[in-house]
Amino acid sequence: MSSHDNHPEGVAHHFETAEQQFDSGKLGIWTFLLTEVLFFSALFVAYTMYRDNYPEVFQFASQYLDTNLGALNTLVLLLSSFTIAWGVRNAMLGETKMLTINLIITLICAAGFMVIKAEEYGHKFHEGTLWGGHEHSIFQLDASKVDPEIAAHSKAWSNPDGEFSAAVKDLDPEFRQKLGIFFGVYFCLTGLHGIHVLIGMILLTWLLIRNLRGEFGPKNFAAVDFIALYWHLVDLIWIFLFPLLYLIS
Amino acid sequence: MYTLLSMMLQHQKEDFFFPSQASANAATVDFIFYFIFYVSLFAFIAIVLATAIFAWRYRRSKVGMTPEDSPHHSTRIEIVWSVVPSIFMVMMFWYGFEDFTERRTPPADSYEIHAKASKWQWEFEYPNGASSFGFIDAGEYQGKGLFVPLGKNVRIRLESSDVLHSFSIPNFRVKMDVVPGRYTDVWFNAIELGDFPIFCTEYCGTKHSRMLSKVHVVSEEDFAVWLKENQEDPNASPVDKGKRLFSAKCTACHAVDGSTKIGPALNGKYGTIENIVGGTVTIDDNYIRRSILDPSADIVVGFENVPMTSFAGQLSDDDISNITAYLKSLTE
Amino acid sequence: MAPTTNTLDRTNYLNATKGFMSWFWTIDHKRLGLMYLWSVIACFIMGGLFAMKIRLTLMPGAVDFATQTAEQMNAYNNAFTVHGAVMVFLVIIPSIPAALGNFVLPLMLGAKDVAFPRLNRFSYHLWIIGALLFVATLLIGNLDTGWTFYPPYSTGHTDPSVITAVLGAFILGFSSIFTGLNFIVTIHKMRPPQMTWFKMPLFLWAIYATAVIQVLATPVIGISLLLILVEKTMQIGIFTPELGGDPVFFQHLFWFYSHPAVYIMVLPGMGIMSELFATFSRKPIFGYKSIAMSSIAIAIFSFIVWGHHMFISGQSDLMSVIFSALTFSVAVPSAIKVFNWISTMYKGSISFSVPMLYGMSIIWLFGIGGLTGLFLATLGTDVVFHDTYFVVAHFHYVMVGSALFGFIGGIYYWWPKMYGKVVDDPLAKVGWLLSFLGFNLTFLPQFVGGSKGMPRRYAAYGSEQGFDDWNYWSTMGAMVLLAGLSIALFGLLRSFFVKGALSPANPWGGVTLEWQTPSPPPEHNFEIDPPTVGDPYDMSLVEYRGEVEGFLPVNPREDDPCVAYIAPEEA
Repeated sequence: MSSHDNHPEGVAHHFETAEQQFDSGKLGIWTFLLTEVLFFSALFVAYTMYRDNYPEVFQFASQYLDTNLGALNTLVLLLSSFTIAWGVRNAMLGETKMLTINLIITLICAAGFMVIKAEEYGHKFHEGTLWGGHEHSIFQLDASKVDPEIAAHSKAWSNPDGEFSAAVKDLDPEFRQKLGIFFGVYFCLTGLHGIHVLIGMILLTWLLIRNLRGEFGPKNFAAVDFIALYWHLVDLIWIFLFPLLYLIS
Repeated sequence: MYTLLSMMLQHQKEDFFFPSQASANAATVDFIFYFIFYVSLFAFIAIVLATAIFAWRYRRSKVGMTPEDSPHHSTRIEIVWSVVPSIFMVMMFWYGFEDFTERRTPPADSYEIHAKASKWQWEFEYPNGASSFGFIDAGEYQGKGLFVPLGKNVRIRLESSDVLHSFSIPNFRVKMDVVPGRYTDVWFNAIELGDFPIFCTEYCGTKHSRMLSKVHVVSEEDFAVWLKENQEDPNASPVDKGKRLFSAKCTACHAVDGSTKIGPALNGKYGTIENIVGGTVTIDDNYIRRSILDPSADIVVGFENVPMTSFAGQLSDDDISNITAYLKSLTE
Repeated sequence: MAPTTNTLDRTNYLNATKGFMSWFWTIDHKRLGLMYLWSVIACFIMGGLFAMKIRLTLMPGAVDFATQTAEQMNAYNNAFTVHGAVMVFLVIIPSIPAALGNFVLPLMLGAKDVAFPRLNRFSYHLWIIGALLFVATLLIGNLDTGWTFYPPYSTGHTDPSVITAVLGAFILGFSSIFTGLNFIVTIHKMRPPQMTWFKMPLFLWAIYATAVIQVLATPVIGISLLLILVEKTMQIGIFTPELGGDPVFFQHLFWFYSHPAVYIMVLPGMGIMSELFATFSRKPIFGYKSIAMSSIAIAIFSFIVWGHHMFISGQSDLMSVIFSALTFSVAVPSAIKVFNWISTMYKGSISFSVPMLYGMSIIWLFGIGGLTGLFLATLGTDVVFHDTYFVVAHFHYVMVGSALFGFIGGIYYWWPKMYGKVVDDPLAKVGWLLSFLGFNLTFLPQFVGGSKGMPRRYAAYGSEQGFDDWNYWSTMGAMVLLAGLSIALFGLLRSFFVKGALSPANPWGGVTLEWQTPSPPPEHNFEIDPPTVGDPYDMSLVEYRGEVEGFLPVNPREDDPCVAYIAPEEA
């Protein structure tokens, strides 16, 4: 006779014990996070390669990034990692109400991050500090190809108040072109990261709904644990991005 | 020591595997090949024979269902059959490395010719300003191809104006990718007079298979004569200069006999009105100039999906003016 | 009571539930494995049709070199691109792991399923989406970049069909990653207590090593394809020289995945080789530890050799030299496997079953494929052979001759387990022989064409270029290969319609756990508690019994005659 009748509760049919199920999930999420690291790795390699070849370009380009906003985003994400870590503990101990609160705060932090990012992106589109292939980019090889409307109001382009070390329009054309590469890398890195934040928000919302339904407790907290790990990775990637992109002037 | 061996094996004619050895280094490369070939052939025969012999000697109909006892592993034999192949592989690597280092170091006294690759032709420029080009059209080689002197070190500096290409001369055993945005090079010393094929060996679009030319190895004297004859005549008329440019750069895609190749035929077009995407246009000097520098603007209806690469940066204003003069001269 | 070795007349995993949704929405690894199997075969036929188009176009005389039109050239360029992309992404990479691995892995572990059955189902559905995107690509435009999608051509010089193709490949990548992840966790966490690492069947070592590569390498092609997408749609500039970018950088990213990818293709086939040689020599595999460790070694070394695809790409000479040296490192573990398989045959009892014929012919095919790799690892000769038909022949020998033949051998091997039917032997043997001969005839001439200088990806060759003979024989070979593969497939399909020809639980005499459950298996894999684990290659545990036309344990467990009884001390 098969052993289906006395199968432990809450354990999927193909696992023998709850411990085996949890351990498998843990190994699974860690393996998945490893794939995420490799997914970003190519972009970090692109960064390293281009920065290594054109260090002055990257240093120059960094001044167009708002370090204050970047630092704020870093704090916001760190806070969110704290609250989700606390949330895992809540789940383990069956503290449903605290878990709800922590999930909500984490979500608010994530949303805050995206709002700040949107502001940063919007500013760049306005200034024309974009990858070279974009029609509004001020980083064209040939200065006459820059969109006149953008050139008219872009502070980066003409540097009217002297807030930057030089005006883009006065730069050596090749140097200017390579600035476009910096921003190509910048938008790819932060864009991919942003997509992961959005995915994280969807996952966190799913957790919130499930928690409001009372699904989590000491015998069932794996989902919270694993998604928290994902969130920590998203935070960690930003911790690398911030100094590499914002702090190299 | 292996150079001695390779000299012993030297032969100029083509053999079963290779075209003729028309450059000084070809014999070395072929030697490396045959070294690997014979080692591999030996190994291959050994493993196939062993498989066949064991299959036969120990077939179930003879041996029965239960085989006799035999060892399940042997550390000693594992070491032997790891170390012995490794030794051969080190030799293979070393020979390849030595040849490669030589291939990648053009001698300082090399005669330098510039080769420009673009979809889908080769253009060659020589130090004295002479130029030639090559591609295949309607099954025939067009242009004069690459001329090089016999017995001299020649370095070909490679550049591309659009996508990746690759410059390959099998008879010289040289090949190198042509990468837009940078220079690459090959060098050789041709030791055999004659004509040898040049292939493009990196997929570059529709007519990749027609981006062929020939390298003509001629004596030093003949080479000097050819250089002189193929210099551009500064006193040539704009129409002639334009025709020379047009033949090199445009005929891969544009015919002048009314037929459509990749792009429309261009004879008898000057002054006419043409249907373009979004209206009509008169084919005048400005349109020609625009089409050369920014081909995606005002595309002729029916050719919207055929991308023409821009020649901005490649053709000077004078060049464009001369091409226009030539097109003007082409009657229906 | 007659032994319950064949269950076609009662409930098994095939008939336990019925209807389209019971299959499409299944989480049963066995059903998923079968669906992958038939989907992959369907895509193989599609890719094969494009191959035939290539070979028929290159038949001397088929096309007039002088008058071939641009449309015809474009059609050819589309054919070789779709052939390559479909075969690589939709067929060979998923084939053994997704189809056979899914089916066999839990059975070999004595488990009820993989670690994440719902993720497994998701992997399959992702594969379907990827496949549909490729079909859409065929309809949208004229994809002609080659399966390698090199910029700047793919991002700035060709039509939008690149976008759907790259998206399709991207999604297929996730299917592959999730499958690999599933297998890694399954092998780590769901082995029975007595099955220590070195008591695992070698097929599982191979699947494990493959899964490690899948998980580590595939994300990199994922991001590379994503970058092609943003390059093409938004001109991000990273690969475009006009914007300051570097096209060779893409090649590094691409080959960082695509080289390990070829070991995703070949390692599982090698795992199957180990199973076949042990079972059909009725002996333990020779050098078990060597083969196991060499699988891991291949997986590791595969990551440090990618630059050998780029010796003349414009990368620095130093890098080329380093990569050449490192490339030889991956040759040694591969050679070791071949020697160990052959040694397994020594003093064995060799059966010329259909799976074993595939296995033995792989010695020949992988021999040529692997050895011709040496010419490409060596710098001096690679310069001559790069982007010629020599390379085409080399990789077909390893990808088709080793991975595909391994796949087919594995299908024949586990077919009785999957469907409870025995395959018509003589027909299958004819299919094998024609495939083997046809394959060699197709690709041996290409080595010589290539060494003579015949470039790849050419829509036609002029006769005076001197390649006609090689193209002629290659196309003739392709026809024979087509016939052979068709007969091989027909032989399998025919078993569905032949009455009788039922397979017992253990038709071949293997001792790994999948042979200790009926054919086909019950829904939850084992009718009672899973078998005890012994030495996976101790052939003395089973003996041939005429009355079941198969093998049964010498010492069966009391509650199930399929299962060998192994006293706890011996386990």
